Amino acid sequence: MNFGVVVFPGTWSDCDFHYVIGEVLHQPVRYVWHRDTNLSGLDCLVLPGGFSYGDYLRAGAVAGRSPVVGALPEFVARGGLVLGSCNGFQILCEAKLLPGALMRNECLQYRCQSTFLLVENVETPFTRALRPGQIVKMPISHGEGRYYAEPGVLRQLRESGQIAFRYCTEDGRLTKESNPNGSMDNIAGVVNEDGTVLGLMPHPERAAESALGGTDGVLIFHSLLGSLVEDGSFLKG
Amino acid sequence: MTSAEPKVTLELALAHGLTSEEYDRIIHRLGREPSATELGLFSALWSEHCAYKHSRVFLRTLPTRGPRVLQGPGENAGIVDIGDGLALVFKIESHNHPSFIEPFQGAATGVGGILRDVFTMGARPIAVLDSLRFGDPEDPRTRGLIAGVVSGIGWYGNCFGVPNLGGEVNFAPEYSGNPLVNAMAVGLVRRDRIFRARAEGVGNPVIYVGAKTGRDGIHGATMASAVFEEGAEQRRPTVQVGDPFTEKLLLEACLEAMDTGAILGIQDMGAAGLACACAEMPARAGTGMDIELSRVPQRETGMTPYEIMLSESQERMLLVAARGREAEVRRVFAKWDLDAVEIGTVTADGVLRVKSRGCLVAEVPVNALADEAPVYEKPTARPAWQDELSSFDPLALPAPHDLQSVMLDLLAAPGIACKEWVYRQYDQQVGLNTLMLPGSDAGVLRIKGTRRAVALSTDCNARYTFIDPRAGAAMAVAEAARNVSVSGARPLGVTDCLNFGSPERPEILWQFKEAVAGIAEACRALDVPVVGGNVSFYNETQGQAILPTPVIGMAGLIDDADSRCPQWFQAWGDRVALIGAERVSLGGSEYLWTRHRRVAGQLAPLDLELERRVQEACRLAIARHLVRSAHDCAEGGIAVALAESCLSGPAEIGADVEIASASPAHVALFGEGPSRIVVSVPDEHGHRFARLMEEFGVPSCWIGRVGGDRLVIRIGGAPGIILRLGDGRHAWRSGFARYVS
Repeated sequence: MNFGVVVFPGTWSDCDFHYVIGEVLHQPVRYVWHRDTNLSGLDCLVLPGGFSYGDYLRAGAVAGRSPVVGALPEFVARGGLVLGSCNGFQILCEAKLLPGALMRNECLQYRCQSTFLLVENVETPFTRALRPGQIVKMPISHGEGRYYAEPGVLRQLRESGQIAFRYCTEDGRLTKESNPNGSMDNIAGVVNEDGTVLGLMPHPERAAESALGGTDGVLIFHSLLGSLVEDGSFLKG
Repeated sequence: MTSAEPKVTLELALAHGLTSEEYDRIIHRLGREPSATELGLFSALWSEHCAYKHSRVFLRTLPTRGPRVLQGPGENAGIVDIGDGLALVFKIESHNHPSFIEPFQGAATGVGGILRDVFTMGARPIAVLDSLRFGDPEDPRTRGLIAGVVSGIGWYGNCFGVPNLGGEVNFAPEYSGNPLVNAMAVGLVRRDRIFRARAEGVGNPVIYVGAKTGRDGIHGATMASAVFEEGAEQRRPTVQVGDPFTEKLLLEACLEAMDTGAILGIQDMGAAGLACACAEMPARAGTGMDIELSRVPQRETGMTPYEIMLSESQERMLLVAARGREAEVRRVFAKWDLDAVEIGTVTADGVLRVKSRGCLVAEVPVNALADEAPVYEKPTARPAWQDELSSFDPLALPAPHDLQSVMLDLLAAPGIACKEWVYRQYDQQVGLNTLMLPGSDAGVLRIKGTRRAVALSTDCNARYTFIDPRAGAAMAVAEAARNVSVSGARPLGVTDCLNFGSPERPEILWQFKEAVAGIAEACRALDVPVVGGNVSFYNETQGQAILPTPVIGMAGLIDDADSRCPQWFQAWGDRVALIGAERVSLGGSEYLWTRHRRVAGQLAPLDLELERRVQEACRLAIARHLVRSAHDCAEGGIAVALAESCLSGPAEIGADVEIASASPAHVALFGEGPSRIVVSVPDEHGHRFARLMEEFGVPSCWIGRVGGDRLVIRIGGAPGIILRLGDGRHAWRSGFARYVS
């Protein structure tokens, strides 16, 4: 499976995703510059964390209108998968590739901490290596991660299983205390209707090695790699 | 010289912070009156901040060499070799004055400045740490300062993309008019790819890169060299405004441009901006420089040569490229949407010539600016208060009836309590190297592609340095080294940030002299060179000087990253040992402050030879996997150290210990002293551990076992403290947050 990691000016999780995909998971990966619109040869594109273009307007607002993001609808339409983490999630919402918006954290402060996530939907290419109701641990690092959607949109997300992850306690309860940013319904990650675009605020790349505090993030990559095996286009090496 | 400039007089020179002797010296050196622009150059380059006029004679006594030192003081940052062809670049710097005037931007640009010092040498920043001091935590103004400073540090580092690995936050009323914001940055560089701030090669182009120049921060260096009177807020326009996004672009562009091989030398434009870079770069290389100011990218119109030269606009660098390869440099900066403009050339004659639209506005020998600032050896005098401090006997105060409540008070003391409120606002993991998050004695980072890791810590107990500047400063070095050692790392190098009051007062300069002597002694004994640092004088408001605060930033190396060690207990049944010195004192202790609001008494003695052995033995015990945790005994004594080992880990765990002591219970429990470490040892390694301590002549004593849901500390057979972990947790976790939220 060929991964691309997008680099916007101000992106900082690009190297981390590149390292995990290339050095930890030994998969082919290359950087994609923000002005680049040629995504041919890629199976999965990662929009990493950071402060794209400084995020001085709204988080992701400028990147959401960048050349590479402009090429995403076509990429997705021809079967490409898109994973947006942190700033990547914000960009995907700004670009309307995912519903809803990410607002300033309820506490009005930046938060970098470990979070527990309840796995809500295992029927997507990003989550099929997980079990329904499984609790996974991944860190967050953001100032604008409070998920918001109109009531109608939220209802539809619930009904169509588009909520991928929700913040929870270590034993899986959805409480206010376990919600680090005040997200509606404790939402930490959502997918598009087809399940081919995932956005989440937590950082799976920071949970890919036990020495750094956990490996639950790898499950997302295992899901992706396994899904391509099923399609016959990827042989696990 | 242009006619728009004011006439230079002695009064104008005095208003620039120069003395009349210094002004005479300038006239003598130039053989004429300086122009206004030239006066500005001298006032900035000869400011205390840039020239270390009052500190230089003392700083010369610090040990700065060692087999691993690749770059000592005098460059943008110090560099030590860490093996595998790699080197660690690090430096600490103060941004105290700007942070008091405008906490958010002051602290943010402090982080920005120190990051540039590291990446201008070719290193990618891998960590920052911050050492902060504030006034009375009950004062609502303090709350505003903390909130502003912490969010400013977080904002800059988070946006830039560098993890914050730790630091300190402490309080004393003396800081209320003069908070301290010291930021340390650490970077990683290939040893054969180190860049220095030198203007080499006559005829080579001088290229300005990064953000445009505005009127912000003019005379920041001069401001940092003055005491505050009332109305300091009115100096707000001299505080720079940070743009971490541009800094991130500048980082990537600089490293990429360095990769082309076209860059010969590069310097950050920080304090005193263009003036400093244009004087220091040729001075270091024995060259001169011609520059044309109309070519400098500007974001305001009508700026005078004086303003352009002295602006401290952030996120700018000056570099010298090889003639003929300018296009390669320009191409990289264009990719990152940054200006890269040739503003001058390197010359042979040792003179800085500044032109504005072809008109000469300054013509000064670079050495006169960069190397010939006066060096003062001003009088020092041991303050009268020293005797009063040391003659105070804490044992004359009544002993506490309730050790339990003392314990809770100490755990909740804002200097001791958990600082999660601070560090959860900082990214701690970007870069995927963080093996030990903030909250242990030192932050630990792995070095990818090797087996190694580095441990980082900043330390200073200013109560100790107030009571005895020499011993206190030596203890700060010892503690910083100990914090690195208990994490499993061998201390490699020190960067120091020396925060003091006005050096023009003999008592303050005495504190400074003593502290530097203490640092030198401890660094020699522990074999750790000082590779860089910063002096911040004039930390006074309306005659009130801060406590002398020589903050020590320490970097250490772990050969095998797997043998790093946390400060918290890990397993039921492990044996607990106290190793090291036996003497403790309530003098200068957290107990004395928390219970009696006193900073006085005598410090426990520091035996540097014992300190060295304790640390070495501890490192070996960790490397041989004989211990599961090791924690420095610092503020609050052994009682607090034990509680922290119980409470600070991912899973809380109790302990039951017995302390034998000839001194009163509260002294044994809360007395403080150097060279003491609490470790936990798996049963099966008990024997080997004890033998190892014996081999090194390190006093060691089994005091109990890990386990249970309480911390029980028996003393003289009676249970002195029975702390339920829940109560301890509440006190320790909410102690700091209650002041800020």
